[in-house]
Amino acid sequence: MSEKTHTAGSGIAERLSLVLAEFASPDALVAAATKVRNAGIKCWDVHTPYPVHGLDGAMGLKPTRLGVFSFMAACIGFVGSVTMIQWMNGYDYPLVVGGKPPDAYTAMVPIVFEVSVLLTGLTTVFGLFVICGLPRHHHPLFESDRFARVTDDAFFISVEPQTEDEKHRVSELLEACGASHIEHLSDHGGTL
Amino acid sequence: MGASYVNAAAGETELLPDVSSINQVTESVCRVTEQPAPKGWWMLFIPSLALLGLLVACIGYLVTVGTGTWGNNSPVAWAWDITNFVWWIGIGHAGTLISAVLFLFRQKWRTSINRFAEAMTIFAVMCAGIYPALHTGRPWFDYYMFPLPNQMQMWPNFKSPLMWDIFAVSTYFTISLLFWYTGLIPDLATLRDRSKNTFRRAVYGFFALGWRGSNRHWQHYERAYLILAAISTPLVLSVHSIVSFDFATSVIYGWHTTIFPPYFVAGAVFSGFALVMTLLLVTRSVFKLYDLVTLKHLELMNKFILGTAWLVGYAYAMEFFVAWYSGNEYEQFVFLNNRLNPFEAPYWWSYWAMVICNVIIPQVYWWKRMRTSIPVMFVVSIFVNIGMWFERFVIIVTSLHRDFLPSAWGVFHPTWVDICMYLGTFGLFMSAFLLFIRWIPMIAIAEVKMVLPFAQPHHAPAVALSEDLQATPVQEGALAAG
Repeated sequence: MSEKTHTAGSGIAERLSLVLAEFASPDALVAAATKVRNAGIKCWDVHTPYPVHGLDGAMGLKPTRLGVFSFMAACIGFVGSVTMIQWMNGYDYPLVVGGKPPDAYTAMVPIVFEVSVLLTGLTTVFGLFVICGLPRHHHPLFESDRFARVTDDAFFISVEPQTEDEKHRVSELLEACGASHIEHLSDHGGTL
Repeated sequence: MGASYVNAAAGETELLPDVSSINQVTESVCRVTEQPAPKGWWMLFIPSLALLGLLVACIGYLVTVGTGTWGNNSPVAWAWDITNFVWWIGIGHAGTLISAVLFLFRQKWRTSINRFAEAMTIFAVMCAGIYPALHTGRPWFDYYMFPLPNQMQMWPNFKSPLMWDIFAVSTYFTISLLFWYTGLIPDLATLRDRSKNTFRRAVYGFFALGWRGSNRHWQHYERAYLILAAISTPLVLSVHSIVSFDFATSVIYGWHTTIFPPYFVAGAVFSGFALVMTLLLVTRSVFKLYDLVTLKHLELMNKFILGTAWLVGYAYAMEFFVAWYSGNEYEQFVFLNNRLNPFEAPYWWSYWAMVICNVIIPQVYWWKRMRTSIPVMFVVSIFVNIGMWFERFVIIVTSLHRDFLPSAWGVFHPTWVDICMYLGTFGLFMSAFLLFIRWIPMIAIAEVKMVLPFAQPHHAPAVALSEDLQATPVQEGALAAG
């Protein structure tokens, strides 16, 4: 959830414009991301058509916590399915088949495993959506025509400046980083 | 992680030598969904739709009249229905193997075929699910199999392998679908951003969830993908193991054996790779995807087919060994008299068809010339599909048709409903598959881009930009040389 406040264009200063800089190559992008981070800018993001290795480090991102949620889901699936089977087959409606104990632990293994996997998978995918704030079909970035190429072969850095002052500073910084194109987007759309 | 350069000294070769830009990947994959369908697509789609109609009609007839319209009867109570169920589930397993197991082993070549194989998994599981659901006889009571409070005030028997099956197959379907969709999100965003009309934009945009390639998202996304791959790997092994428990936990000779779980999984991977191959060869030529699915991909898959052919061949031999070593004459009778012997066994031809198709024919792949010949691999993949169907048939029907009392022996004959339903599931599979390749990116665009040698940065992040720009032509030169 902390992601949201850091993602460009997602809240605090939507009245101000968004600075969008395009870069020609992944190398230039990673170098620029390092500089933007070192400049102490808070609300910014990098956009790429595929995961670019080294960007997480360049941006200084903390490791994702998604795995923690998945692990918790696996534990809940395990405990939940053991409890369900024990209660249903062992206590509420004991069913003796082939002279075996109604609450035999060995026979539970496959279902306990499957339920744990199912819950882990569902939590991982829906947890991903929650952490990333998806679905989000409207975003100031979509107003840029150039930005449409982010899912093809273009690389971008977007910055949400907190003050007018910062906006100029950021534009200059991105230009100095070798951005091939810079544009300013407002939250109403259209290039300023 | 970062270095994607080809290490020629170590004998590595370029994976996609004909791809020279990132945009080329987008274009090659997306144009399939953006141009009118080629004639070949319609030539496959119309008959598939007709077969789907046949399936619907058969299901209607079966539900109205009853499961007696199938040829199953005492002593062969499980026949084509369960054969087809096991066969279709097995087909699906290659999809998960390619998408999850090869991902964990960092096999970069998987990116050209994984989307394709995952889709195959989903449609194959749909086809498989039809059979046990209908075999219950009263499919409208199928909800009894789920632990839901019902009017009989009783709970399912969780000790039954058939219950394990329900949980395994439904979990498998759900996880495969989630895995597939997660992989699709960035590619659907690509289609959204290329859309020329509002309708396309709205539909692809809706399913792309507003994906904007944010690295803050990619970071979580890659972890989610890794977790899904990590749970799918034991899942895929568990599913066919549990399917094999349906047989192995019974006391029927020919079924009651501990080799079944790995034997079933190996066979599943074998048949799945073969069907991926069959479909890939057709799709590759219909949509001209030669630059993305290269001969190298196909050759690697053929090596898998050869390897798994040996695994199933070993399992066949081991069944005989155990029958002999156990000293159990009933077990020996099943293998020698009911399966192997052309003079004694009514189904001897199915056993020998299985051995020839699954063990002998794939041996041609020892020769590189055969592994890289398109007509040969097409024919071999068809033989493997046939052989694996016979394997399921041999296990199920020949074990059942002669039990302890010769007076109770019988022979199974399929009815027209059996045959039409089997053909009909091909209709369902192919219709879904053809719609998929027509409207959804059939190759994982973002993943293929990721493994291109020029897609990843090659310098420490701190390198000054001017040097980067100068270095670019040099990298391209290195690529061409590689």
